[in-house]
Amino acid sequence: MLKRIPWVLLAFIVALAIPLVASRFHTSLATDILILALFATSLNLLLGTTGLVSFGHAAYFSIGAYVCAILMKTHGVPFPLAFLAAGAGSGLLAALFGYFCVRLTKIYFAMLTLAFAQIVWAVCFKWNNVTGGEQGMNNVPYPDLNWMKSLPLIGDLRIGGHYYYLTLVLVATCLWLLWRITRSPFGRILTTIRENAERAEFIGINVRRYELVAFVIAGTFAGFAGALFGIFNRGVFPDFGYWSKSAEVLIMVILGGMGQFLGPFVGALTLTLLNQQITAYTEYWPMALGLILIVLLYAFPAGILGTLASLVRRLRGATEDA
Amino acid sequence: MLEVKGLNKSFGGFKATTDVSFTVERQQIAAVIGPNGAGKSTLFNLITGHIAPDSGIVRFAGKDIVGMAPYAICRLGMGRSFQHANIFPRLTVFENLQAAFIAHRGASRNLWRNAKSIYEAETIQLMRSLGMQEQAVRTAGTLSHGNQKQLELGIALAADPKMLLLDEPTAGMSSTETRATIELLQRIATQRELTLLFTEHDMDVVFAIAQKIAVLHQGRLIAVGTPAEVRANADVRRIYLGSRHDEGGAARSDGSVGATAGGTV
Repeated sequence: MLKRIPWVLLAFIVALAIPLVASRFHTSLATDILILALFATSLNLLLGTTGLVSFGHAAYFSIGAYVCAILMKTHGVPFPLAFLAAGAGSGLLAALFGYFCVRLTKIYFAMLTLAFAQIVWAVCFKWNNVTGGEQGMNNVPYPDLNWMKSLPLIGDLRIGGHYYYLTLVLVATCLWLLWRITRSPFGRILTTIRENAERAEFIGINVRRYELVAFVIAGTFAGFAGALFGIFNRGVFPDFGYWSKSAEVLIMVILGGMGQFLGPFVGALTLTLLNQQITAYTEYWPMALGLILIVLLYAFPAGILGTLASLVRRLRGATEDA
Repeated sequence: MLEVKGLNKSFGGFKATTDVSFTVERQQIAAVIGPNGAGKSTLFNLITGHIAPDSGIVRFAGKDIVGMAPYAICRLGMGRSFQHANIFPRLTVFENLQAAFIAHRGASRNLWRNAKSIYEAETIQLMRSLGMQEQAVRTAGTLSHGNQKQLELGIALAADPKMLLLDEPTAGMSSTETRATIELLQRIATQRELTLLFTEHDMDVVFAIAQKIAVLHQGRLIAVGTPAEVRANADVRRIYLGSRHDEGGAARSDGSVGATAGGTV
């Protein structure tokens, strides 16, 4: 019964309506959530699918943001090219760092990803001529979206609304690609590595190479998310690659449920909304947020979506038995 | 099929494998026996590329495989199972076997196709020959120990190996499960024209199916031959078989036997 409802399609239709019915503030919030959802889903290819705990995923997010912003602002490159270059740049960096990282396992892998991410952060922080150093880059231009003005219904929206639609289409496409990869034969092999890397080696899998490919794919999509975020944020700053950003995206994935493809999406949604709500009420929001997270993690040990999914399975099992 | 020559391996000062040489012919069923700690698992790990020997030659199907990675040796046609059932615990039985097909047949580089039904027919057929078709959607980690070992055998078989190395295929099984597993092994070995090399505690299993037996003791090979020859070998009788028959039953405590016999050899 629950299975027959096309949830994803429904959600997409609701998402299409947001700028038309919601305020500019909420449209902007929705853009933020979409971008972070892509960021979190890209990390989950490593965390949930391959079983690799990357503690430096923000590095690829920030590189994507910088590449896209620098190309568009400093060199006047049109958005489509800058966007693709952002993914390519992050992917290349992920290939370089990943080459070393996949040689280690478990906590050592996590520590090395963190170390590389801190290097990226330090370079962005100090390289004044290119990245703007500590001050970052302000006034990153919006892509040229004037063509949207001639579209029915959404033509009258401001640039923020138009950018939301661009983000929605690009994020949806990226998520669809990631979903294909996750359920492909390649994705199945990644799950065997997560389950038992030693056994995977003995069914003829070059474990390191598969881990590296997953690392590059995850880095590339994080770069796409970063590119979108830099423009949305109208500025790119070294903080994008700081370790706390890597921790935040890890929390999103775990909170939403790393066993489900859309878990990270739910995590990004929940964390952003919580953040938003609590900041409005109290100046002690980090503490309040921390407490709520503890409760959520206890209440949903498999993540929000993971726990809901097993609940639905149990309910369905009960009705079938009856 | 498999030739091991002058194999040595020590861990720190401990010599786990000392000058081990033997061969296994094509389609032969061979067993390596020896007390606990005799170096059987180390020997398997050396052959399958899990650890590198200090010196010696391992030739498989005419190829020197020392120094090759486990996945590369596996692709040459050497499958293995482990002493403790080594499976993908949170995947279903179907997915466990299917993953092995994907890995072996090169589809693992496909990032686009839906994996759900790939190699479905082959996987179902393999489940049937293992007698596991009823458990297709069970999560592998929830299977009984015996079934997990069977599943692991299936994972090894999906790679369509020429040779299988089985580390204690019946360890921890009930006597019914043991009998079923032996029958399964014999049937599959004949059907697929497999070469088998296995280690085993249970001497009844060994003498029931092995055509050739190698006896390891403290990292050294002390006898190689047909079951009859090995049974007649005085050294073997002294340190291993004799003691075991005195005890009766499957020799679970033979580690202590090996330890006491150490001084006499």
